[in-house]
Amino acid sequence: MTITLPSISLLPYLPEIVLLITALLVLVIDTFAGEKRWLVWLALLGTIVAGVTTWSLSLGPTLYLQDMLAADPYALFIDMVVLIITAISLLLAYDWLNSHAHQQGEYVALLLFSAVGMMTMGAATNVITIFVALEILSLSLYVLTGFARERLTSGEAALKYFLLGAFASAFFLYGVALLYGATGHFDLVGIGKNMAGTGLMAAAGVALLLVGFSFKVALAPFHMWTPDVYQGAPTSVTAFMSVGAKAAGFAAFLRFFHVALAGSYATWGPALAALAVLTMTWGNLAALNQESVKRMLAYSSIAHAGYALVGLAAGNALGMSGLLFYLLAYAFMNLGAFGVIIMLEKKGSGDLSMSALRGTAREHPLLAATMAVFMFSLAGVPPLAGFFGKFYVFGAAVKANMTWLAIVGIINSAISAYYYLRVSVLMYMVEPDENTTDVATNNRPVLAFALLVALVFVIGIGLWPGIWMQMAQQAAALLG
Amino acid sequence: MVPTSYYLILAAIIFTLGVIGVLVRRNALVIFMSVEMMMNAVNLTLVALARQKGSLAGQVFVFLIMAVAAAEVAIGLAIVMEIVRHRDTTNVDELNLLKW
Repeated sequence: MTITLPSISLLPYLPEIVLLITALLVLVIDTFAGEKRWLVWLALLGTIVAGVTTWSLSLGPTLYLQDMLAADPYALFIDMVVLIITAISLLLAYDWLNSHAHQQGEYVALLLFSAVGMMTMGAATNVITIFVALEILSLSLYVLTGFARERLTSGEAALKYFLLGAFASAFFLYGVALLYGATGHFDLVGIGKNMAGTGLMAAAGVALLLVGFSFKVALAPFHMWTPDVYQGAPTSVTAFMSVGAKAAGFAAFLRFFHVALAGSYATWGPALAALAVLTMTWGNLAALNQESVKRMLAYSSIAHAGYALVGLAAGNALGMSGLLFYLLAYAFMNLGAFGVIIMLEKKGSGDLSMSALRGTAREHPLLAATMAVFMFSLAGVPPLAGFFGKFYVFGAAVKANMTWLAIVGIINSAISAYYYLRVSVLMYMVEPDENTTDVATNNRPVLAFALLVALVFVIGIGLWPGIWMQMAQQAAALLG
Repeated sequence: MVPTSYYLILAAIIFTLGVIGVLVRRNALVIFMSVEMMMNAVNLTLVALARQKGSLAGQVFVFLIMAVAAAEVAIGLAIVMEIVRHRDTTNVDELNLLKW
């Protein structure tokens, strides 16, 4: 008897493999390394090598591993976004990790594992791979959330995230099972071809899948976990998951809707538009009177998920590339904003209250200016990255004859300006008092460098949006 | 032979019971067990559908789900252990340092 092995080419998976090997190396070296701070640099090196590998892969629309994964420009774009996020997150965590030296190896390795899951989600062309990638990324994040073991809130956040995440996964799976029952396929193309004429079962399947996705990218009304988890987790983890999980979730979300459900846009378009309106409005209104900056940014991230969803709901080419552009722009501005929080928070507190910001511009003028740029960008003030993100997705909505959706989005941006500007007002126009944070910020070069990178990109994307938009367009073209 | 629809209805009932369990029970471990029940309802659905269609893909996916669920148990129980050690409770209502 001869057994024929299927031909397997792992070459297009090389960026993820590089990251995986780096993570395993970190774990091994961690067991006998005396000086642990090198682990972060090793991980950073791995991330850069993975980035170079991504860049050098050919841009053909190749499917591999039994058509489970794709190495198309779309997947490579998501790879790039995730790798940038990972690199900046590693730098943001550097100082915090030095005070948690015994956990350093696990932290870095889990961060890389999570990044592998995110990259795989961007490449997945099959609901099975989407599910497995989603779990790789989520399981690592559950552990990372509970990493600050000296704080009770961290463990609490981990448990809440874990229970609701597992609950959402079950919904996702049931949706997959029902879709399989209706169409007989797990791969997105196969589902798309057999969607016509399927009845209630397929509709229920899509609805359940939508619930699962909505949990992961924090769309209202499935966002309840977000503020608690973002507040409780170590700030460097919050920064990473707020942008990384969102980018990966939306990547799979977009591919699923545009490949598997391309034919039934008339049904899901309005449903997603309604979800977008609910999400932006809920997120923005809840963010208005938060006392914790992290919690405010958590609600802001919910609102931003709503803006990004507008691009998906528009269902046209501009919407797709606009959404990808948005994910990139959002990554830099949000990582930057959380970076400033890491800089200002008291050691071991893991949080920053609004009142601690009072008059910080007096003591830390550069940091306050940096925070102001990130806040303006999040609010959507031109010419920063956040403005063009909103410009493209709202433009897509207008193009898709959903002008009302764009108007709701613009009204929401106006509401959001209140709480973003409140941060700047507190920093600049209020006298410092006993609540004002009094940490020294001048001896943290790594963190400062990460902030600088984020700042350069927020301004750079804002000044030359065309280059980035062109990349997003190339990435989205193949789904089209 | 038992018709496929019987399995599907049974699975739907188990899934619903799991959802109700998550929503009404307050013990973290029981909530987690309810989630596992939901996942097993999915497994039953997939196996029944795979038999009806005569395709292996559904059955293979069940193995993946079981593997992932095992990983989830490992991490979930570790997190619950951590909570019990610091707070001596598994009741999710008592975990209220962060506004739920």
